[in-house]
Amino acid sequence: MNEATPVVELKGITKRFPGVVANDSISLKLYKGEIHALLGENGAGKSTLMNIVFGLYQPDEGSIEINGTPVTIDNPNKAIDLGIGMVHQHFKLVDPFTVTENIILGMEPKKGLNLDHKTAAARISELSEQYGLRVDPYAKIHDISVGMQQRVEILKTLYRGADILIFDEPTAVLTPQEITELMEIMRRLVAEGKSIILITHKLKEIMHISDTVTIIRRGKVIDTVKTSEASPSILAEKMVGRNVSFTVDKRPATPGKPVLEIRDLFVKNKEGALVLNGLNLDVKAGEILGLAGVDGNGQSELIEALTGLRKVDRGSIRLNGKEVANLSPRQIIEGGLSHIPEDRHKHGLVLDFSMSENMVLETYYKAPYNKNGFLNYDAIKKQAEKLIENFDVRTPSVETKARSLSGGNQQKAIIAREIDKNPDILIAAQPTRGLDVGAIEFVQSQLIAQRDQGKAVLLISFELDEIINVSDRIAVLYEGQIVGEVLPEQTNDQELGLMMAGSTAPGGVKHE
Amino acid sequence: MNKIFKIFSGSATVSIIAIILGLIVGAIVMLVGGYNPLLAYQSLFTQVFGNTYDFGETLREITPLVLTGLAFAFAARTGLFNIGGEGQFIVGMTAATVVGIKVTGLPAIIHAPLAIIAGGLCGGLWAAIVGYLKAKRGVNEVITSIMLNWIALYLANYIVRHFLLMQGKQRSEDILPTASITIQSLSDLMNSARIHWGMLLAVLVAVFFYYFMWKTKQGYELRAVGSNPNAAQYAGMNVGRNIVKAMFISGVFAGLAGAVQILGVFHNQTVMSGSPGTGFDGIAVGLIGMNNPFGILLGAILFGTLTYGSAGMSFGAGVPPELIRIVIGSIIFFIAAQGIVRWFIKPFYSKRKKEKVL
Amino acid sequence: MKKSFKLTIVMLLALTVVLAGCGSKKDNTGSSASADTASSDAAKVKVGMVTDVGGVNDKSFNQSAWEGLQALSGAKAEYLQSTKPDDYETNLNKFVKGGYDLTWGIGMDLGDAIGKIAGQNPNAKLAIIDATVDQPNVKSVTFSENEGSFLVGVVAGMMTKSNKIGFVGGAQIPVIERFEAGFKAGIAAVNPNAELLVNYTGAFDKPDLGKTAASTFYNDGADIVFQAAGATGTGVFNEATARVRSGQKVWVIGVDKDQSLEFGDEVTLTSMIKRVDEAVKRVSQEVIDGSFKGGSEVLGLKENGVGIAETSSKNVPADVLAKVDEYKQKIISGEVTVPTTPTK
Repeated sequence: MNEATPVVELKGITKRFPGVVANDSISLKLYKGEIHALLGENGAGKSTLMNIVFGLYQPDEGSIEINGTPVTIDNPNKAIDLGIGMVHQHFKLVDPFTVTENIILGMEPKKGLNLDHKTAAARISELSEQYGLRVDPYAKIHDISVGMQQRVEILKTLYRGADILIFDEPTAVLTPQEITELMEIMRRLVAEGKSIILITHKLKEIMHISDTVTIIRRGKVIDTVKTSEASPSILAEKMVGRNVSFTVDKRPATPGKPVLEIRDLFVKNKEGALVLNGLNLDVKAGEILGLAGVDGNGQSELIEALTGLRKVDRGSIRLNGKEVANLSPRQIIEGGLSHIPEDRHKHGLVLDFSMSENMVLETYYKAPYNKNGFLNYDAIKKQAEKLIENFDVRTPSVETKARSLSGGNQQKAIIAREIDKNPDILIAAQPTRGLDVGAIEFVQSQLIAQRDQGKAVLLISFELDEIINVSDRIAVLYEGQIVGEVLPEQTNDQELGLMMAGSTAPGGVKHE
Repeated sequence: MNKIFKIFSGSATVSIIAIILGLIVGAIVMLVGGYNPLLAYQSLFTQVFGNTYDFGETLREITPLVLTGLAFAFAARTGLFNIGGEGQFIVGMTAATVVGIKVTGLPAIIHAPLAIIAGGLCGGLWAAIVGYLKAKRGVNEVITSIMLNWIALYLANYIVRHFLLMQGKQRSEDILPTASITIQSLSDLMNSARIHWGMLLAVLVAVFFYYFMWKTKQGYELRAVGSNPNAAQYAGMNVGRNIVKAMFISGVFAGLAGAVQILGVFHNQTVMSGSPGTGFDGIAVGLIGMNNPFGILLGAILFGTLTYGSAGMSFGAGVPPELIRIVIGSIIFFIAAQGIVRWFIKPFYSKRKKEKVL
Repeated sequence: MKKSFKLTIVMLLALTVVLAGCGSKKDNTGSSASADTASSDAAKVKVGMVTDVGGVNDKSFNQSAWEGLQALSGAKAEYLQSTKPDDYETNLNKFVKGGYDLTWGIGMDLGDAIGKIAGQNPNAKLAIIDATVDQPNVKSVTFSENEGSFLVGVVAGMMTKSNKIGFVGGAQIPVIERFEAGFKAGIAAVNPNAELLVNYTGAFDKPDLGKTAASTFYNDGADIVFQAAGATGTGVFNEATARVRSGQKVWVIGVDKDQSLEFGDEVTLTSMIKRVDEAVKRVSQEVIDGSFKGGSEVLGLKENGVGIAETSSKNVPADVLAKVDEYKQKIISGEVTVPTTPTK
């Protein structure tokens, strides 16, 4: 094959949706054995572009060439035939099925009338071996970790003969260890002759793994650069269109008296197993306490117990000195707690409500929004407009449904609502998950502003960088207990990572 | 008000096309069956609009459908599938009959409203059982409400047979004249069509539905619970209590439907060998009306017109009632399966883009 | 949106045009509506009939009534089926206000509606089967089902081998109770040792309930079951047929029509006939002849309104039929009176 012929070439792709140009004459070349990162903010048009490549959308203008031959990709099956595979951000797997069953779903090999599982499983094992995926073809999806599920998605594309793999935000759901492993797998894939397009907005990963970066902003290609010739700040600036600071500016904290005191907290999960085992934690006024930990160590249950969504088995939670364990969510909210939920679609917003209705989700029953049982829509609208203005939520109007806003703007809206309640303690769970650099900067600065006003902030995040950059104090959660506390300026990724993996408190690892 | 019309008008085109498609499918079925569809549809319109009597009777047909349609939609807005409108309807009928017969010595201005309220209240409580079981025990509302439909039917028959039976008949005694909500003057004017105050009540309930759901604090809570119970709980709303409330109000609507049928149309209650079906028809009406109160008014008008007009089709064109149910069924099918309609009209859109059509 | 609205308007217009077109053709196509009615083109008299919720193909009295109307000459006949009780009044009104010379209501359920409409339209002529309506312009036709049931009771009492006999009723209402009362009296008259088992299923349209009831009776040792339960009764026949096919000898006594024609001689011992068709035909003929008068009539054995099926001789021995005939004469002469309500 001629070295100069790209495996995929997009020429002047334009895609319009009513009111927006999602892709404006985008051109891109992917070469064999290359990892090509596609960098851009949420809503910049990355996903639209990849959906066009995968046959889910048709471009209005422009053409696609595979190995130098012009092609029309009008459905995903066509894309698969052309050797294009996509690893979606949200996995498309059937939980009770085995790995093999999931992979062969839709193209089941037949032996007479029976499914030929054995041959398929053997082929899957072989592929798994070749690329170092270490997937058990007979494991059931709901028994394996998220990282493993993602590998099943990768295997699925390989099984169907993909040579070009598109990864859509692959690290969003992974733990730091899993991210490292994914990077290795991607290297192995390109070493075996595959080509990869990586959609992401995480600069660190791009710098770490990609060969080439194409930066997209507002549907247009801003630049395509060799990663080796770029730096994170240059990329960020191109992506956002302005200068971005990576270090979080903050003054030293001046912690006051404890606002939230948790003592010997025992909480069971949905299945009835204890997931918090005597947890102790204080959050003081005027400080940000970062709670680090690998997903599944009791974070969700802790948040739910604190906010009244889950029954406390034993132990005490005191808010401003008052016992709030097992009170109703409303009583706790009125006691001065605000909560930025980890899943904004599940808990944070009623997606089919307008923005203005969402802005009073917790206060609709109070004056001036409620007047003798009737809602005062004028007051609600005024409040919503105020919040949208102050927190720079980009929405066409306050009547727009929450569903149609981008993730970043939805999150800004929730933060606006929660902060506006003027709480004593703000619980921020994964507040920047899925957000782009610009929005992350905004959210983090808001948390710090709250701290500076003397509020207590409990930050729960899987992003170690975020924990280290934003927190004034870090507690590590492991198997339902706090296994150690460290100060951010005295720790690093490695130490925290070890603590998160269950090795004992500070002192166990000394930082020299 | 504007907003709500906007919500509905977005799908109005699709609805109208669905109706037309349904009529066309119905016509094909009739053609295959050897009947003249054009004559049949014409007979349908004459049947409904031909004279004041039939027009009045069409209104009579529409009225309970509005109420049971609203009942279904109210629960649906709160995320509940109230398939028990039928049972709540029967309970409402029975309560109104009991009050209409057994409560004596009241003037009409008190007796009739009392009987209506009794019907609504009992229907509401009947539905609240379902809501309570769902909220407290997590029992699926579809199962409990289906079971309660049967219980309501046999309970109603038991009550009529043992406490209210008219000697030698398969029905209760007549309700007292003071409990009747028939509008005699209008009825006389319309050739003794059974016109009653329940028609006005149905419209008022639709308006109430709108204001309650979109203008009050309670309605806001119900909608939040309906669209996203997790977020509602997060925001401090009591999801369980809202489920019970929603089922209660939904049941009140269905109960009112039953009450006005007794007080305005039949004036007595028969021992039923099977469910009257008005509650189930309400589900279809709710779906046609996209769970929007004004959509439901239109949906009930459509459904009621077709049902009442069907007698005209069989009279004027000899089409058997079974085929007429197929016509009605296909219209509802197309409305429920909007995707099919959208697919059907897509070629028209794309052709027009190339300016080959019109 | 705007464009799609236009499209809708166009389609609506098209439909309207087509409908309007059919309006002009009305005269030629109008005749197809009466395709299934009596043939006479010169018919001046129009007779309408409204069924109860059972519908016109109920294999019972609605169907029988319609057969009576179809056999009429010199009249145009038409029927409307009721799908729910709301329809009774509007369907009757369709005929009454449509200028029909006679409007039939079939079944006691229509009694109230007939009474009301007769009062509102004193000049209209109406008639009803199985109920008595006290209006000068209504002819009420009821039957002495007890007398006919007495005769099949005699057959059952003499032919049972197990001395256990079953009765399946559709609903515990006066009409059906007359069946039970006569049947019971007939059995008692010839076989005081025989026991009668009774089950009212509560529905006329639930064959599964009839099947269950019959199954219980046959399991309890009954060898003959009399059904007066409309479509529910078909379940009784199904159960009996299944048992007969597997070698068990059981019988069913049919009702209203000669049901051996429908369900076969191997299970149908005999049938209690109720001549709804004859009554409908005769009263309608009175309208044609101009001799129609309101009032009520009860048709019993004497009037040949009830009786025993003519095909009974296939399964019933001559001596039994002779006994039946003997009782028939005694009832007609008044020597034997048959109760109308079951003795406890």
